[in-house]
Amino acid sequence: MAQFEDPEQLLEAANRAYAAGYRNMDAYTPMPIDGLAEAVGFRRNWVAPIVLFMGLCGAAGGFGLLWWISVIAYPHNVAGRPMNSWPAYIPITFECTVLLAALSAVIGMLALNKLPMPYHPVFNVESFSKRASIDRFFLCIEASDPKFDKVKTKAFLQQLNPEEVADVEK
Amino acid sequence: MPSLNTDELEPKVIDPGPDKIIGPGFTYASVTDKIAGVVFKPIETTPRPWFISLFLAFVAMQGLLAGAFWLFYKGVGVWGIAIPVAWGFAIVNFVWWIGIGHAGTLISAILLLLKQDWRTSINRFSEAMTLFAVAQAGMFPILHLGRPWLPYWLMPYPNSMWLWPNPRSPLVWDVFAVSTYLTVSLIFWFIGLVPDLASMRDRAKQTWQKFIFGALAMGWRGSAKHWAHYQMAYLLLGGLATPLVVSVHTVVSFDFAISLLPGWHTTIFPPYFVAGAIYSGFAMVVTLAVPARKWFHLEDLITMRHLDCMAKLMLGTGLIVAYGYAMEAFMSWYSGNPHEMFMYMTRATGPYRYFFWSLILCNILIPQSLWSAKVRQSIPRLFFVSIVVNIGMWLERFIIVITSLARDFVPSSWGMYYPTQWDWAVYIGTLGFFLVLMILFVRVLPSISIFEVREVLHHLAPNIADDGPAPAPAHGD
Repeated sequence: MAQFEDPEQLLEAANRAYAAGYRNMDAYTPMPIDGLAEAVGFRRNWVAPIVLFMGLCGAAGGFGLLWWISVIAYPHNVAGRPMNSWPAYIPITFECTVLLAALSAVIGMLALNKLPMPYHPVFNVESFSKRASIDRFFLCIEASDPKFDKVKTKAFLQQLNPEEVADVEK
Repeated sequence: MPSLNTDELEPKVIDPGPDKIIGPGFTYASVTDKIAGVVFKPIETTPRPWFISLFLAFVAMQGLLAGAFWLFYKGVGVWGIAIPVAWGFAIVNFVWWIGIGHAGTLISAILLLLKQDWRTSINRFSEAMTLFAVAQAGMFPILHLGRPWLPYWLMPYPNSMWLWPNPRSPLVWDVFAVSTYLTVSLIFWFIGLVPDLASMRDRAKQTWQKFIFGALAMGWRGSAKHWAHYQMAYLLLGGLATPLVVSVHTVVSFDFAISLLPGWHTTIFPPYFVAGAIYSGFAMVVTLAVPARKWFHLEDLITMRHLDCMAKLMLGTGLIVAYGYAMEAFMSWYSGNPHEMFMYMTRATGPYRYFFWSLILCNILIPQSLWSAKVRQSIPRLFFVSIVVNIGMWLERFIIVITSLARDFVPSSWGMYYPTQWDWAVYIGTLGFFLVLMILFVRVLPSISIFEVREVLHHLAPNIADDGPAPAPAHGD
């Protein structure tokens, strides 16, 4: 794991590591950096499709519930209006759409990030646990990478001009 | 405010003036320490005004306890409501509190979509305000129920009576709108907090602080993939919250507009309720931000630029509200409906005329002073205008709810509404409760979004991550 002083250095290092053939790696930053996720090989963001799907479920479920209540379960003649007076169902349908979409955005995001996660080995690196969320930028090449070799990978990280390179203990 | 010994120990904080959203000389680390420092301050150095305000708010909160207890014991008869005015303070306060919440969502969602960089240091704070205001609002309809232990009857659920709520009723829409709004505001606020909670975890010195912030941060480690998912989720939440916030006050206005009462049955209600909501919400953000930035020396993060922008938005939404009033008057004349005309004349000249004209003074006339930069950039004047607008918006809700009900179609069923001490106790109690929550919030959680301020720093000056003090950018004002 290499530690950098500013985000531009990290971005460049990530691009070079990807170009050198490393695939299982991750970058850690205290704030979002444009283009960094793509640089470490992140391709498909599933959050939006999940939200769209759940939003549509919310709309269908909300409208279906109201229709079922007023037409099937508890038909009620209010001043001779039709049972399926659908314009009156729109506000609740909309709220159900937003509710399900918003909840799935948050739960989906957490699930895709595999959070909550009480333990992760990167925190074993002293300076990571002190500064990764504050003012330092980290690149970690994982041992599961097919090209990973403890000595060679460390030497590779050294030439990327980092502040420090550390091993991550399991 | 009395000057304290502790103030002299702290470095002088400079407000960079109305052009800048952040003071000079910040680095990623120093901005973290500054915001987290408010939370990690030892209890002895908490500013004394904070304790005094907390105490006063806590005392006021007891009004809610006493008022709710007496209400539950005796029933809604302890309030001033009676036929013809069956909707009194409870509904006035409900609409007022919900409206206050709207500015928070506007700042966090709409300004996010519009990429306004000045939202950054006030969004967390105003989202918290939204959450606490909606919590106050949510209590009123339940307290107003004749049988307040049965609010769950409002939700559609299979029950032994095989009864279902009527989905054609705006009152049922309201239940869905407000509960969705509360839920979405809560998750939006919490998810915005997660990366900052991770910073707090890593900065905490004591084990119990590490444990609490660590548990809340859920193991956030700022991985690039996390951020990618996070930003997408946050953007989508912003996109969802934007129509939601418009829908909530629209639905609240439907409670009135869908009825047939003169003065309520009008199509101008939804847009002008939403504008009024944002108007009162910004007024409340200013009211709360002014003391908070002073107590915790955050003038270089919540700068005059923020206050100036909020003042301009207050002016803009205030003008929409003024247009709404003008349209109400015009339509009551143009409709040719004698009841509508009578209703408008009753508001202006009837028994509640003092309220009506104070409302015009508070909501339309005094806020016009915001056209002047002198007023927008003077803390005491801006604070005064914000208080005036808060009062004015409350009066607006009062006029809308009470006057239409007090003058029924038939003069024999006219009546007057006089709030009782228990109406006031509950209202003042919710004000206290709201302030207690806000005052505690600014002390125990990062009240400014740290990671978003870092992003702003990154965009302003990409190479400021040095350990030493960064060269202060020249500031000419």
